[in-house]
Amino acid sequence: MGGGTGSGLGTFVLNVLEDEFPEVYRIVTSVYPSAEDDVITSPYNSVLAMRELTEHADCVLPIENQSLVDIVNKIKHMSHSGKLGAEIKQSSTIISGQGGVKGQEKPFDAMNNIVANMLLNLTSSARFEGSLNMDLNEITMNLVPFPNLHYLVSSLTPLYTLADVNVPSRRLDQMFSDAFSKDHQLIHSDPKHSLYLACALIVRGDVQVSDLRRNIERLKPSLPFVSWNQEGWKTGLCSVPPVGHSHSLLALANNTCVKPTFIELKDRFMKLYKKRAHLHHYLHVDGMEQSCFSEAFSSLSSLIEEYNQLDATKGLLMTDAQRLNIAV
Amino acid sequence: MYTVAFPSFCVHGPRHEEDIMDLVRREVEKCDRLGGFFNMMSMAGGTGSGMGTYITQCLRDTYPHSFILNQVTWPYGTGEVIVQNYNSVLTLSHLYQSSDAILVHENDTVHKICAQLMNIKQISFKDVNKVIAHQLGSVLQPAYTEGASEYNRNPLGDLMKSMVCHPEYKLLGLRNIPQMSETSLAYSVFTWPGLLKHLRQMLIANAKMEEGIDWQVRPPAGGLPPAEKGTHNKQLRFNTSLANLLILRGKDVQSADTGGFMDPALYTSWLPPGVASSTWRTPMSFNRYEKSATLVSNSQFLLKPLDGIVGKAWNMFASRAYVHQYTQFGISEEDFLDSFTALEQIIASYTHL
Repeated sequence: MGGGTGSGLGTFVLNVLEDEFPEVYRIVTSVYPSAEDDVITSPYNSVLAMRELTEHADCVLPIENQSLVDIVNKIKHMSHSGKLGAEIKQSSTIISGQGGVKGQEKPFDAMNNIVANMLLNLTSSARFEGSLNMDLNEITMNLVPFPNLHYLVSSLTPLYTLADVNVPSRRLDQMFSDAFSKDHQLIHSDPKHSLYLACALIVRGDVQVSDLRRNIERLKPSLPFVSWNQEGWKTGLCSVPPVGHSHSLLALANNTCVKPTFIELKDRFMKLYKKRAHLHHYLHVDGMEQSCFSEAFSSLSSLIEEYNQLDATKGLLMTDAQRLNIAV
Repeated sequence: MYTVAFPSFCVHGPRHEEDIMDLVRREVEKCDRLGGFFNMMSMAGGTGSGMGTYITQCLRDTYPHSFILNQVTWPYGTGEVIVQNYNSVLTLSHLYQSSDAILVHENDTVHKICAQLMNIKQISFKDVNKVIAHQLGSVLQPAYTEGASEYNRNPLGDLMKSMVCHPEYKLLGLRNIPQMSETSLAYSVFTWPGLLKHLRQMLIANAKMEEGIDWQVRPPAGGLPPAEKGTHNKQLRFNTSLANLLILRGKDVQSADTGGFMDPALYTSWLPPGVASSTWRTPMSFNRYEKSATLVSNSQFLLKPLDGIVGKAWNMFASRAYVHQYTQFGISEEDFLDSFTALEQIIASYTHL
């Protein structure tokens, strides 16, 4: 989202897809810029792109580079990091494209591998059989209660190969707990202290429905759900595990914890926009006007406001809506 | 067939209607005599709730005089599909119009049967389905109806005749005992009085399975005016019935005394027990159980779960969450309100039994 190609061409393609195939769901994986991003105009690019994503994507999975780096470092330091799988290159010499050799080599391959795995797990039910199939359109259907609030926090376990193939139940439960720990999230946020609107669990491997139910019961009390969706869980079971693992779990949460990320984006945008810095580069281009910026900004603001309204209901004791009265 | 919850009712149903009805017609034409249709579906997800309801409607339109029995799987209370409450509300309200009777299986109950009675540690859907198949088999396998000496020729018709006397009351529940693991079966002996006593208490106390039955619940003493009876029963947690059908299979079945089910106190005041209660006795044993007793009942047993589902769906509807997913496929807010109204009506009718 920070660079030009992704934010610009990417969202243009999104629009084209919507025009050509209006009934097909569009699920977008976007990489959000970190605070020390190389591209100076990344706040502009991101906010302009956000508006497109809010209006034209059905579902967005935000990823943060910093989270991916943390996960890769964690894998490197794991004590049983025997076989990490062929895709992860231990020593990567890929150099950052933004000019000059960086002091620290950025292991993009390893980071990309994590996102690739997340996408594989997402589509596993569509590619393999299972006792409880979950198609891609079911993700949108179940996780998006209001059209604009379609930003999902993803977390993936396991991040490394389990040494023991015959995993006893205790380890299986650990997998579920890990999915809800901050270390496994692909974006920095705090879902446990915000409000869950909905949550999906996509499980692969030899896991039965009773294991799934048991873990949901176990984790539910510590996860705050919005009042009208107290049992907002969507589950999918695919029998084929990923290569090198005996099972895996992808958790997708629609949670108000994405709000701080958006607020930060908004603040960084304002810092530049207040001074109209670098704006002339954009306005030179045919079709770009100042109104694009102000509209994108207000789109982001109203999105944040929608999340605010939901957050306001957190912790309040909501009375049940009055039921219809039938004359007997 | 991939579907998007209830919208399959609006999009995929019509698209495949011709092919499906063609297949049905071919099967119907092969029959010497059409007994009726038995549809099995779930209520929570997309295919079952949407397509299943649409097909039932098509069947009703094409075969207006045939019996249609829908077996519906009630979702786990803690959620399998987030919009399951909406789907359930829409499904039940539509089915009530086209189907003759709706036979309900609750996933939570069947799951408990697997865990507590069958002693299965890691329960899979295969185990759950096996229990449901066993329960359905105990009803649908050939049987001798009341007073008959040969197998019934019209099982669905006989079932409807016994169970559904009024179009407002179509919700049927099933209890089958004994149900246990193979290893336990080898060491168990059953008597008809024992089985029937348990079944009767399960009915009265609204127990879903043969464990944790509340023996404190008793039918009310007669003589209460109908208006007071409702609240009195609620206090006693007593389950009032509209109709009960006992299906007994196995050894010495003719000797079984089913008098306990003829007690007028079990039934609503406007139905005499002679009409409301019937028994089918078949000497053949069923599925390795020397004696097997099934109770199909039309009673208040589903009131609480139904009220729960409607309540949760209503709360969600109040915030209009997920409604845009349905409106984009042609199910409007008015449709939702119609469905809610229909279900509140059903809840009110069953409450005042």
